[in-house]
Amino acid sequence: MDMNSFSPMMPTSPLSMINQVKFEDEPDLKDLFITVDEPESHVTTIETFITYRIITKTSRGEFDSSEFEVRRRYQDFLWLKGKLEEAHPTLIIPPLPEKFIVKGMVERFNDDFIETRRKALHKFLNRIADHPTLTFNEDFKVFLTAQAWELSSHKKQGPGLLSRMGQTVRAVAMSMRGVKSRPEEFMEMNNFIEIFSQKINLIDKISQRIYKEEREYSDEMKEYGPIHVLWSASEEDLVDTLKGVASCIDKCCKATEKRMSGLSEALLPVVHEYVLYSEMLMGVMKRRDQIQAELDSKVEALTYKKADTDLLTEEIGKLEDKVECANNALKADWERWKHNMQNDIKSAFTDMAEENIHYYEQSQIERGREAETQAEGEAGSMHREPDVGLDPGSPGSRPGPKPGAKPLRHPGIPRVDCFKISEAQQFGMCCKFCKLKTP
Amino acid sequence: MTENNFWLKKIEISVSEAEKRTGRNAMNMQETYTAYLIETRSVDHTDGQSVLTDSLWRRYSEFELLRNYLLVYYPHVVVPPLPEKRAEFVWHKLSADNMDPDFVERRRIGLENFLLRVASHPILCRDKIFYLFLTQEGNWKETVNETGFQLKADSRLKALNATFRVKNPDKRFTELKHYSDELQSVISHLLRVRARVADRLYGVYKVHGNYGRVFSEWSAIEKEMGDGLQSAGHHMDVYASSIDDILEDEEHYADQLKEYLFYAEALRAVCRKHELMQYDLEMAAQDLASKKQQCEELATGTVRTFSLKGMTTKLFGQETPEQREARIKVLEEQINEGEQQLKSKNLEGREFVKNAWADIERFKEQKNHDLKEALISYAVMQISMCKKGIQVWTNAKECFSKM
Repeated sequence: MDMNSFSPMMPTSPLSMINQVKFEDEPDLKDLFITVDEPESHVTTIETFITYRIITKTSRGEFDSSEFEVRRRYQDFLWLKGKLEEAHPTLIIPPLPEKFIVKGMVERFNDDFIETRRKALHKFLNRIADHPTLTFNEDFKVFLTAQAWELSSHKKQGPGLLSRMGQTVRAVAMSMRGVKSRPEEFMEMNNFIEIFSQKINLIDKISQRIYKEEREYSDEMKEYGPIHVLWSASEEDLVDTLKGVASCIDKCCKATEKRMSGLSEALLPVVHEYVLYSEMLMGVMKRRDQIQAELDSKVEALTYKKADTDLLTEEIGKLEDKVECANNALKADWERWKHNMQNDIKSAFTDMAEENIHYYEQSQIERGREAETQAEGEAGSMHREPDVGLDPGSPGSRPGPKPGAKPLRHPGIPRVDCFKISEAQQFGMCCKFCKLKTP
Repeated sequence: MTENNFWLKKIEISVSEAEKRTGRNAMNMQETYTAYLIETRSVDHTDGQSVLTDSLWRRYSEFELLRNYLLVYYPHVVVPPLPEKRAEFVWHKLSADNMDPDFVERRRIGLENFLLRVASHPILCRDKIFYLFLTQEGNWKETVNETGFQLKADSRLKALNATFRVKNPDKRFTELKHYSDELQSVISHLLRVRARVADRLYGVYKVHGNYGRVFSEWSAIEKEMGDGLQSAGHHMDVYASSIDDILEDEEHYADQLKEYLFYAEALRAVCRKHELMQYDLEMAAQDLASKKQQCEELATGTVRTFSLKGMTTKLFGQETPEQREARIKVLEEQINEGEQQLKSKNLEGREFVKNAWADIERFKEQKNHDLKEALISYAVMQISMCKKGIQVWTNAKECFSKM
């Protein structure tokens, strides 16, 4: 696996980090390294919450020092995200992990949940650090460096609650009006986002389902192996064979566990992040539309109201700039996002394929070893042709399949057409497992 | 006899077809059942050509009748079992319906297996009723019933009684009984878990098929990733559909294990027969001993054991010497008879033990050989599954890396 800053398992020694090169849009050396680790539980009289340690190492001049260590809680991350969205409404801000997963979660502080969240938060900060614009955001800097009390007082600055509420109301009103004419490229973008969102959600569900099925398969296998050992206790002549099969099954079980952990490390978090990204993208489209709507409404006002034309024209001028800025920012960021998405998806699925190959290779080695040792006792039995006739004079001959009709497939004889899939099969198989709605 | 000559030639037996039929049953109600075509061919030694000599249709109940007959007439033989009457150890894809074509197909193979096992058994293959089963379509049922085998069958109650009361059964049979209990329990457990494993494996494979559909839809909006997604999706479909063949093979493996699961019952039947004979023998010996003692007491005049006659003579006066003589004579006759019977029962018992044990040894060898082969072929199946998996995922990986 690539050692890049997105891996939460990255080393924290400053030397090794400064030497890491990340080729993205900047061929320069990275100068900001962030890790999120050490979740800790805090209990107060009012509430219990988790904080995460954030270590920042940087060589940038605008930072007062080269190393920072702070503790932040989820609320702080939410604040940061809000500020970034405010400052850059049409940039694609990285998504935050969800507040809490409704389904199946009883306790917010379940270990797996915390670890998954930690990894996602790590990714969140690193994506911001890698973003050509967002990385220089002032609030981001404060987030990474300020002590707890400093952060609180910084948060209190900026537009008050009431004015923020006012903004939201205006925004809602704008979005209700709808957009008159979205430029062509943004129509395309919107279309893409809609379909992408549907598909990535489906893929998320499918991947989670696969994980679940593999987990249940592994559980059953755990019971399957030991039965053979139990059986070997009553069979003198089959002890070796049975114990061999048992150990084989156990090893395959372990290989399955590894496959599952590969899935949950490489694929599931990436797919899930893009599910959140797709929601984020819809928000970005809305905001862009709002900015355009603001302009459109002023232009409309101009055509009807003759009064205050000068003021309106001035405002329109400003808004036109604003719209142009917003559109360009979005366009540039869109390309960047798509490029990243392609790479991320590609490597996630390639890793998954790799895991699966490894799993089958492991299993094959195990079974192969098993079959070899057993076949030693049975000279050439594995390659025996199926018996067609039977000599009643020889007691105990193994009966064989009927000649002519559909043959009982001897494992040594491969079937030629095994890769043919019928249409019916393709769709029929979805029925039980596809509770996912087709769009 | 012509039958013996028949068996000296090499013969091939096959259950080649299954057909759904409707007919009227004993209560004149309409029923649907499956009939199986049994074909017998004789193979010429010289050129290996086979000629169809007999072909007839039988239903499952007739197989059962044949087996029940063999059980009664050859109690010292471990009679091969029939395939299951109803589908058990079913997982979600399999149907529990007896009319389901897959079930019928597996049953066809199981019935063929049964016939081949009987035909290859040194004792059973010579049985006339078996020969007629393969050659005489009409009237066979009547012929079997005419043998009166149902009357000769030991009552279940008698057998149960013997099992509890027998004092000195041959230790080997007691051990064999324990072994067959263990075998039955462990194979049932194994088959149950295997069915669950199969179910889960099916799930894992089939869900991947959904990727195929979604990737294909997604590829429509992607320019660069489109081709990679599309072809990767195709491989996911291939992966998902590969499980069907894999699990079909596994069902055959499960059927091989099931045969030995049912063999456990056949072993127990032989043990029960031994216990019955042994108990019979013990009772006869006991009876003889008590008669001898009675005789002795009458002869010497001492009463050591309680008897009603003894009581009445005490109360009502002694019997006459003539009466006593008569009784002694009767007893002596009975003792003689008893001794003859005991001798023959002893002989029978020993013959039974000898023959049964010979067949059990034969069975053990067959079982070890078959199970080992089945387990190996299972391993081979798994290897082939892994090979397929590697191939599919390698292809998929290539597509992903080209995205």
